[in-house]
Amino acid sequence: MNTILALLIIAPVVGFLINGLYGHKLSKTLAAIIGSSAILISFICTILLFKSVPENGVRIQFFNILKLEAFNLDAAFLIDHLSLMMMSIITGIGFLIHLYSAGYMQHDKGMAKFFAYLNLFIFSMILLVAGSSYTLMFFGWEGVGLCSYLLIGFWFTNGDYANAAKKAFVMNRIGDLGFLMGMFLFLQNFGSLDYSVLKAGHLQISTGMATAITLLLFVGAMGKSAQIPLYTWLPDAMAGPTPVSALIHAATMVTAGIYMIVRSNAIFALAPFTMHFVATIGLATALFAGTIALFQNDIKKVLAYSTVSQLGFMFLGLGVGAFTSGMFHLMTHAFFKALLFLGAGSVIHAMSGEQSIAKMGGLRKQIPLTFWTFTIGVFAIIGIPFTSGFVSKDEILNATYAFNPMYFYLAAFGAVLTIFYMLRLWYLTFFGNFRGGKEQMDHLHESPLNMTLPLMVLAVLSIVGGFIQLPELFHGHPYLIEYLKPVVSNMVAEHSGEGHETFEWALFGGTIVVLIFMFAWTFKLFGKKESVSEEYTGLAGVLEKKYYVDEIYSFLFVKPLEHISVLLSKVVDNKIVDGMVFLTGKFVTWSGTTLRYIQNGQTGFYFLMMSIAIVVMLAYNLLFKL
Amino acid sequence: MLKEVFIDHYIYLALTLFCIGILGVLIRRNAIVLFMSIELMLNSVNLLLVAFSSRMGDAAGQIFVFFIMTVAAAEVAVGLAIIVMLYRNTRSIDIGDANKLKW
Repeated sequence: MNTILALLIIAPVVGFLINGLYGHKLSKTLAAIIGSSAILISFICTILLFKSVPENGVRIQFFNILKLEAFNLDAAFLIDHLSLMMMSIITGIGFLIHLYSAGYMQHDKGMAKFFAYLNLFIFSMILLVAGSSYTLMFFGWEGVGLCSYLLIGFWFTNGDYANAAKKAFVMNRIGDLGFLMGMFLFLQNFGSLDYSVLKAGHLQISTGMATAITLLLFVGAMGKSAQIPLYTWLPDAMAGPTPVSALIHAATMVTAGIYMIVRSNAIFALAPFTMHFVATIGLATALFAGTIALFQNDIKKVLAYSTVSQLGFMFLGLGVGAFTSGMFHLMTHAFFKALLFLGAGSVIHAMSGEQSIAKMGGLRKQIPLTFWTFTIGVFAIIGIPFTSGFVSKDEILNATYAFNPMYFYLAAFGAVLTIFYMLRLWYLTFFGNFRGGKEQMDHLHESPLNMTLPLMVLAVLSIVGGFIQLPELFHGHPYLIEYLKPVVSNMVAEHSGEGHETFEWALFGGTIVVLIFMFAWTFKLFGKKESVSEEYTGLAGVLEKKYYVDEIYSFLFVKPLEHISVLLSKVVDNKIVDGMVFLTGKFVTWSGTTLRYIQNGQTGFYFLMMSIAIVVMLAYNLLFKL
Repeated sequence: MLKEVFIDHYIYLALTLFCIGILGVLIRRNAIVLFMSIELMLNSVNLLLVAFSSRMGDAAGQIFVFFIMTVAAAEVAVGLAIIVMLYRNTRSIDIGDANKLKW
């Protein structure tokens, strides 16, 4: 087991080192093969671990990194059901996306660099989810942040892309500060950052302190998982290559915050205020991002806001105490959102780099494979019954209803928003007539097999992914809840009785009615659209401009900081600091010029000076010292 | 016999010799005279040392004087050599001519 785990962790590092150090000497094909096979090895190792892991998980220690009186850092990994679940998502989807990238990036000369970064990302992500302490999680946390920065700015010669990378990095830094402070408080209270102290029911801590710790940890999650108010980096992160958006900014990295909260569920359970706060922020984000997505024309931007919105749903699930449902939605979302992003990548590939859905249309005939797989992704996210997205979202909605009916209605409205913008995207991209230029029309082509294969695998997963935990209404069995039971204690009130079953049927029926209505309505609106306006007015304009949040942040934080920087640079640095440095030099020059005339070459003069000095010193000593 | 002469007299003598030495160095320009004046100052100090040594009944002062004289002999050798070199280069032993090293 130790060997398998070591291999699992080291394989991506080896891939990173080979591609990173010798990438310029490797052919593109070889770089892709090395990068992908490293992740395949990790994936196989993860599968092997599934069989041998005991019920309560196992802590595997390789060596000690740092030993201090009050603090101990081990290179130890906690392999339990939760981390295995995360690792299989990371390495599994990671491998599919590596495979896809080999096709998507084949015209790019930075192929080896790209795979090196991706491998480093997978390594950091494994460290994040498999580490046995918050310290290792933080290493991974920063590592994925770095990789995200590198990959968003992969085409760094474009100034906007480089700025998007910087924005993501800085936004994450704000969150990381919260996470770090949470860790410090945790260490102060428990004397260790190891997960072994996180035993439900054994935590000796006051509610106030638990609230402080969890709130700070949640600030970290806000940054990484793009929640209000730190979400603005994620839509901009779409500047990176599309496989990166699929892997990092949809399927894995952005879910780190959810994993962290689920991992810390024992302490979150002690802080009801934080739970309420998490639920509120999640719900607000889900609605906020959902409304923005309604009028976006960039195919990746729609998916990005949809990701923010779905992450909001996950946090809502966590906040109402249904940790497993949050994890479940994380998993199904990883499937269908990776699928959607990769499908979008395939569309963009076919459209020769065009991302605006205003210029697409009628693509279902030209790229049928992409169309069908994308359709499955859309069906999963809008919650067509029994697809994975339906099952997991249904669970979250159910748990929310038990928590607070008001939250439930708002969340349901958020789900309706999802249906609207996803169907809009679907109709505008694949139906109606082609709205692009003649050249793009002639160039349209289906993507190669190594790009469509991951699409097909993910499409299958998007359908069957939910079957592991079908609602009880349909005689499903909660396999996931049982599987995660050793790690996660859910706090949802046990719902039973007639009333609840009625509610579930009502929810199911309501879903179907709303879906049918939305299909018809959106088809009428977008199904046969000849032209899509690029400009919106009124409320739609505000939504299209993303509520002007970027502009507000710019006015409130970026501009003042810039002014202060200019002030510091022009006045404090140039005038005061530099002035002092120059003054020292000038004084030396001046005193040298003045005093050099004393050295006149006359020995007698020197001797006279010496004598006078001696007399003065003696006189001073005689008069004042004795 | 020595004890009957007050120590003051030695001090006055040494002081006079020292001042003559200083004035010699300050006023004269002949390098040899300068050199002799320096020796005069050195020896006035030696005289003072010996006088105090005798007065205090401590031999250390006199031994110290021997060392000074040894060092002075070495110093004379070096100093005269410098003066010779000075003469060879400037055809003069006037220290006013050795003023090349200045601003």
